[in-house]
Amino acid sequence: MNLTLGIINNIHDWLFGVMPEGMAAIVEMILIALVYLGIFSVVGLFLVLMERRVAAWFQLRIGPNRVGFQGLLQTVADALKLVSKELTGTTKADKFLYNLAPYFVIISSLMALAVFPFTKDFQAFDINIGIFFLIAISSIGVIGILLGGWASNNKFALIGAMRSGVQTISYELSIGLSLLTMVLIAGSLQLSEIVEVQKNGWLIVQGHLPAIIAFMIFMISGTAETNRAPFDMVEAESELGAGFHTEYSGMKFAYFFLAEFINMFIIAAIATTVFFGGWLSPFGLTESIPWLGVFWFLSKTLVLVFLIMWFRWTFPRLRVDQLLTLEWKYLLPINLVNMVVMAFIVWLNLTIQF
Amino acid sequence: MIVFAIASVTSRKMLRSVIYLLFVLIGIAGIFFLIDYNFLAAIQLTIYAGGIIVLLIFSVLLVHHIEMELEIAKTTKQLLTGSLCLIGLVIFLITIYSYDFKEVKNHLTTSTVDIGTKLLSYGPGGFILPFEVISVLLLAIMIGAIIIAKGSKPSNKNNSSI
Repeated sequence: MNLTLGIINNIHDWLFGVMPEGMAAIVEMILIALVYLGIFSVVGLFLVLMERRVAAWFQLRIGPNRVGFQGLLQTVADALKLVSKELTGTTKADKFLYNLAPYFVIISSLMALAVFPFTKDFQAFDINIGIFFLIAISSIGVIGILLGGWASNNKFALIGAMRSGVQTISYELSIGLSLLTMVLIAGSLQLSEIVEVQKNGWLIVQGHLPAIIAFMIFMISGTAETNRAPFDMVEAESELGAGFHTEYSGMKFAYFFLAEFINMFIIAAIATTVFFGGWLSPFGLTESIPWLGVFWFLSKTLVLVFLIMWFRWTFPRLRVDQLLTLEWKYLLPINLVNMVVMAFIVWLNLTIQF
Repeated sequence: MIVFAIASVTSRKMLRSVIYLLFVLIGIAGIFFLIDYNFLAAIQLTIYAGGIIVLLIFSVLLVHHIEMELEIAKTTKQLLTGSLCLIGLVIFLITIYSYDFKEVKNHLTTSTVDIGTKLLSYGPGGFILPFEVISVLLLAIMIGAIIIAKGSKPSNKNNSSI
């Protein structure tokens, strides 16, 4: 990591040496954006492969294992195939909105990716309202889905989009409140500071009971927010065809698909940062080697991603009314009470510190 | 932003104008980000882009078919609204240019902690009174919404029809 940081600094100096200041800043921003796009696509493709392998494992199959070592190149091949496919569309669709929708979804998830501290020095945008920014961004993604469903001029797509809207708006509340519960104990909205606080024990340990409840609520509502099974009413195959992206093909479909997996990664990454100490190693094991932070961050995140996949292949799909009952009658009251309990614990200093 | 604002009022497809409005609101959030009002920008994104626009899109989805276009208003109406808007704009510009704005020198980012303490302080310059008034107003609105929702039959509820 020191080597990479050195290279990054060299590039930075070189850029500002060769070009005028404003130009160099813009070029640097573009370079960073390209790096994040790279991370984005690699993570997305890897997660698709992981999902397929995990699904296969749960169903006692082998899964894709032919292309590359253990099927590692399978999703790359799939992506190439999707790029080369024809982009079809319905004639009576609203072309402008129909083409705009995938970009909404993908840009919102890409923006969310920018604020995560992968390790101490690897963070694109250390904004002082980090968590709040994440919540704000995640509320925009749903607009893409609503647009896509409506502009396709297809009633199944429309129903899927409506369901998605209901689901996302309801569960956003739970996500916000459960994160707010953790902000109470962390005392800051800035993601890097939240990680710093956890040097005396991860927040899920520091906040013991209410933190664990908040974590459970966060995982449930996070799964619902990303429209994954058991909450995938949006694209319930047996009822709606493919839901809001029925009419999409080729790369536009792939955008929706990738964005779903990236959103899953983002939910897991938020949980890692807020509950499990981000890039901190357990018990300060490798504190002397800072570049291992990326390893810890990614491994914690992948464990949580595996948890979400586990949900998917274990639970049957809920009905819409069951979903809304779960949110408004159970999760929301539990969350509010939980927040008060957490406030008391922080107030009376009952947190566990190492 | 101005282009999108004009597009939003001239577009004849309802959902498109909603989307242009969304772009305007996101642009405003971007301006807040540029002048380092991060909290305000995020509020703008959550409340307006995330909340209000989604609500608007929902109502459009429920009542509007994709092939419908908005009617063009009569000329007299157009003239009336146009002149009203012009008067409003003139008054606005006069007030802006007659007020003596002072340039703020510091470039400190307002932190969330500052906003929170100011909002709840009852000393001079605190905002506790407006805060409480707004909370009472919101409570009243919520009770009203519950009464309206309970007044009709349970089968007419929004959620179950979706």
